[in-house]
Amino acid sequence: MTGIVELRVPAVPEYLQMVRSVVGATASTGANLIPERVSDLRLAVSEAATNAMEAHGLSGVEDRVVIRCDLSASQIEVEVADSGPGFDPNSLSPLPDVDSPDRLRYESGLGVSLMHHLTDETIVESHGNGTAVRLIVHFGN
Amino acid sequence: MFSEIRRSLRNQWVVLAMTGELDLGTSPMLRQAVVAAVADGHNNLVIDLSGVDFIDSAGLGSVIGALRRVRSHDGHLLLVCSEQRVLRVFEMCDLDRVFTFHVDVDSAVGTPVQV
Repeated sequence: MTGIVELRVPAVPEYLQMVRSVVGATASTGANLIPERVSDLRLAVSEAATNAMEAHGLSGVEDRVVIRCDLSASQIEVEVADSGPGFDPNSLSPLPDVDSPDRLRYESGLGVSLMHHLTDETIVESHGNGTAVRLIVHFGN
Repeated sequence: MFSEIRRSLRNQWVVLAMTGELDLGTSPMLRQAVVAAVADGHNNLVIDLSGVDFIDSAGLGSVIGALRRVRSHDGHLLLVCSEQRVLRVFEMCDLDRVFTFHVDVDSAVGTPVQV
C-alpha cells in the first residue's frame, strides 16, 4: 500500500498519543516493516512532534503542527513541520557524560540524537520561520 | 490509553505506579506525584513503570528530575520495569547506567533504604 496521510494538530501535548498512533498504523501497512521498526518510528515521531509543540509554545505560535506520512513501496517518510522560531541543529551541545553528576541537571536534549538513532535518515531543516524534520525508514532493513 | 499514577506505601518505600504512556503530556503527572511524595517526607521512592508501554525523552526527563529531587533530600529512587521497549529507551540514552532497575515491586521494596 502506498499513499499520503497528513495530520494537522494543535500544539498541545495531549495530541502526541494520537500522532504516534496514526504514524504507527500507517507504517504498519508498509511492506515487511517489523514491529520493532514501527516502534522506533513512533518514538522518533514523538520526539519530533514534542520539539515542534514546544517550539510553538515557547514562541506563542498558534498554528498547527503538521505531520505528513509519505508511504512508498520502499520506505516511509514522516515529516514533522512547525512554525516556531527555528534553531541551528549544528549548535546542539552534547550532554554531560552519564557518569557526571552534572548529567542530572539536564532533563531534555536527547530528542535529536534519538531520532538519528531510530531512523535510517533524519534530516532537520530549520529557518527563522519554522523547522521541518524528515524521518525516513527504509523497508527491508 | 488513559494514563494515571497510584501511590502506595510498601515497607519504607513510597511506590508510584504509573500506567499508560509517559511523554510530554503525561510527565507533569509524574513530576507532581514525586513533588508531593517528597513534600510529605517520603524521600525513598519506587517508580513502577510496569504499566507503561511507551516512554520518550520527555518521559525520561521526568524520571531524571525525580532522581535529582530525591537525592537532594538524601533519598533514593528505584525503578521497576521489565518492558523491553521501555528499557531500551533508557539504554539508548545510556541512562541504564544511572538508574537501578528491578523486575517487580516486591524486589524493589525489599531493598534496604540504606542502599
